[in-house]
Amino acid sequence: MADVVLRIFRGTRENGGTVDYQVPVAPGMVVLDALHHVQKHQAPDLAVRWNCKAGRCGSCSAEVNGRPRLTCKTRMDALPQDKPVTILPMKSFPVIKDLVTDVSWNYKVNKSIPAFQARKGTDWKIRQEDIDRVQEFRKCIECFLCQNVCHVLREHNKHEQFGGPRFFVRVAGLEMHPFDGVSRAALLKDQLGIGFCNITKCCTEVCPEEIRITDNAIIPLKERVVDEFYDPVLRLVKRIRGARNET
Amino acid sequence: MNAEFETHEHDVLIIGAGGAGLRAAIEALAQGASVGVVCKSLLGKAHTVMAEGGIAAAMGNVDSADNWRTHFRDTMQGGKFLNNWRMAQIHAQESSERVVELEQWGALFDRTEDGRILQRAFGGHTYKRLCHVGDRTGLEMIRTLQDRGVQMGFDVYMECTITRLLKDGDRIAGAFGYWRENGRFVVFKAKSVVLATGGIGKAWPITSNSWEYTGDGMALAYEVGAELMDMEFVQFHPTGMVWPPGVQGLLVTEAVRGEGGILRNRTGERFMERYDPKRMELSTRDVVARAIFTEVREGRGTEHGGAFLDISHKPAEYVKRKLPSMYHQFLELADVDITKSPMEVGPTCHYMMGGVRVEAETGASTIRGLFAAGEAAAGLHGANRLGGNSLSDLLVFGKRAGLAAAQHAKGQTTTPIDAAQIDQAEREMLAPFEHQTGESPHAVHGDLQQIMQSLVGIYRNEEDLKSALQSIGQLRDRIQNLTIGGSRMFNPGWHLCGDLTSMLTVSEAVTRSAIARRESRGAHSRLDYANLDAQSGKQNNIIVRRGSEMILRQEPIPAMPADLQAILDEGKGAGA
Ligand SMILES: Cc1cc2nc3c(=O)[nH]c(=O)nc-3n(C[C@H](O)[C@H](O)[C@H](O)COP(=O)(O)OP(=O)(O)OC[C@H]3O[C@@H](n4cnc5c(N)ncnc54)[C@H](O)[C@@H]3O)c2cc1C
Ligand code: SF4
Ligand code: SF4
Ligand code: FES
Repeated sequence: MADVVLRIFRGTRENGGTVDYQVPVAPGMVVLDALHHVQKHQAPDLAVRWNCKAGRCGSCSAEVNGRPRLTCKTRMDALPQDKPVTILPMKSFPVIKDLVTDVSWNYKVNKSIPAFQARKGTDWKIRQEDIDRVQEFRKCIECFLCQNVCHVLREHNKHEQFGGPRFFVRVAGLEMHPFDGVSRAALLKDQLGIGFCNITKCCTEVCPEEIRITDNAIIPLKERVVDEFYDPVLRLVKRIRGARNET
Repeated sequence: MNAEFETHEHDVLIIGAGGAGLRAAIEALAQGASVGVVCKSLLGKAHTVMAEGGIAAAMGNVDSADNWRTHFRDTMQGGKFLNNWRMAQIHAQESSERVVELEQWGALFDRTEDGRILQRAFGGHTYKRLCHVGDRTGLEMIRTLQDRGVQMGFDVYMECTITRLLKDGDRIAGAFGYWRENGRFVVFKAKSVVLATGGIGKAWPITSNSWEYTGDGMALAYEVGAELMDMEFVQFHPTGMVWPPGVQGLLVTEAVRGEGGILRNRTGERFMERYDPKRMELSTRDVVARAIFTEVREGRGTEHGGAFLDISHKPAEYVKRKLPSMYHQFLELADVDITKSPMEVGPTCHYMMGGVRVEAETGASTIRGLFAAGEAAAGLHGANRLGGNSLSDLLVFGKRAGLAAAQHAKGQTTTPIDAAQIDQAEREMLAPFEHQTGESPHAVHGDLQQIMQSLVGIYRNEEDLKSALQSIGQLRDRIQNLTIGGSRMFNPGWHLCGDLTSMLTVSEAVTRSAIARRESRGAHSRLDYANLDAQSGKQNNIIVRRGSEMILRQEPIPAMPADLQAILDEGKGAGA
């Protein structure tokens, strides 16, 4: 069977570089299989995160040939085999070792979001359509690939002022729960800094769950913030403009 | 005291952040205890996140005739009456309440026409009973629990592996482990410890389980003298992927059959007619797994050694809506569009029915202050678990263990930690770095997996099992001489050295128990004792450590009260 070269980042925050490993390609092999092959036969100390191997846990994110991917869902036969396959850790998070990065910041942001609280008098009868709508956001597997590509974090390092697309998805999943009784508009505006997002849609492009992060989560949430915080006249103007655009 | 180690102190320490651990943590917090949760992966990545098909609870939303009695009877029948009947009763009575509670904490399940929680059919369940969200029920469940726990304020120690429990005389005093990130050691002092560490699938090569499933909790309990029970009962799920090689073993949810999927062999025959004509594809897992295995062995398997599972007769949109993960999994990993073509499936090591022996009401082990819940504990499922009964198990017994652990902690003082125990734990972990020459942990792991697959698999016999036992003994010698390169920083090879110790202990317990059970019952099938044996059906195999020796003894199952017996008698004739 043909061999392929994996060019993997080895090292820590302080020092490191890529190292080449030759791996035989088996039918249907994914990048994570190739990394496991390296661990088994060449470098048992190669640091990689994984759990489900089925795109369900969001542990195995990395940058494969420059593209942020789940390594367990990236087929080797979909990559050019005549050149080395480059595998680097996610750039927006500090490297711990090899492909493992420090994603603890995400857990900190998550803590600041108030959990679901039911409105009083809820009868718990829900239509399936309402479930389907909100399920889009609840599918998130926390792979943090969207966080990794968002330029507000990746280039501008606004980790202190900006929560990132993953957490807009999470807030959307809570706010659009049919019985949720908490408002998170102030949180969105102030702590999560939703205003920094300029709707580039890079997050949507990389989401392995195909969540339409920008269109379905961020834009409606931005509108919610506007509705709750800004001048009612502005709100009117916006409505008229919206109506005009439609015609 | 070892001042050199980072030390944390809690009333209740919970090892494991899957459904059982998180539910225990929430309950212990509600009791006012200070709670620490330790897990090997990041929070939210435990096995529970992968659960697909649903959670069993006799809510009767779809089939109004359903009630806890029928759920109890189904669970006992599925477990071939080896279950701890009191656990089966509590589980059937409380699971609906636990699901409703989950919904009140924000979980969203699929709905019936009139807006209630929808329930689907599953193997061995008389009625439509599994509450679900498409095929990603576990994700909804773990996020809901995670968010609730975070909000209530537990301390989470992520990517931290416990390698030893610490004792003070005959009671539990804490735990010792290392941070995966930097390899530094850490000590937890606790008045109660709850084991919620899950199963042991990684001892087999073809498995639906992740790297985490190395039987740590069972081995930790065994080392401090707690009893293990029913260790011979390892569930092989009938439908894992068989092709391509990299995905071999990945789970194909039973929901495919629940939604109407049909099994065929190479000749196109719907072979379940020959194994269980009444329940067909929705027979219990032990039966379906053996059926597929037999079809393949007798030459009627598919190209890659499996059976065909077909759902393509259902409308494509319906399949994509009810089984979205399966649709993507096959399309992306196997180039199969399941709305058009059949899947190839075969048995995969999936679930451990056995585990730490616990008291039904509290999850207390036989060691004071040590509790267990979820897959790490034994009792509820007997000789074979029904699909969907694990997620409900996690909630029902997670809550109970959390409660009991918090109550136990109230009456305790913390004790100083014994330096000798810590020194020993540290030495064990550091040994692989000190050996200049030696074996790679991967070589030993690979050999263990081959032994378990070929000698302690779906069909067993005395000769194979004895030879497995001998080989496991040799592996025990080999792990004394493991070597590992690199540093202590995030070093998976080093982590595997530690995990191997647990896997070998548990594999030995499985094998010894399998030798002792001279009958075929549920997931335990002996070629040399092919039938049920009435006498064996009245006793559990118990494993305990004496010095460095593993001891097995048999204990009678306590007599069932008349009211529960009456429920089982009512069902005679129904089902099989
Ligand atoms: C693919 C798949 C699909 C499934 N589908 C269903 C289904 O539809 N319905 C159903 O009822 N059941 C299903 N099951 C079974 C069910 O998901 C599991 O049995 C259940 O989730 C186990 O939960 P748990 O809380 O006991 O353990 P887990 O969720 O596995 O959590 C174990 C935890 O313990 C931690 N841990 C382990 N060892 C250590 C250690 N040494 N130190 C520190 N932490 C440790 C781990 O990091 C993890 O956090 C499925 C299983 C799989 C694999
Ligand atoms: S759309 Fe917004 S959140 Fe998404 S990548 Fe662009 S700036 Fe970031
Ligand atoms: S929204 Fe999508 S890309 Fe972002 S963390 Fe969730 S699954 Fe990953
Ligand atoms: S290993 Fe779970 S998403 Fe890749």
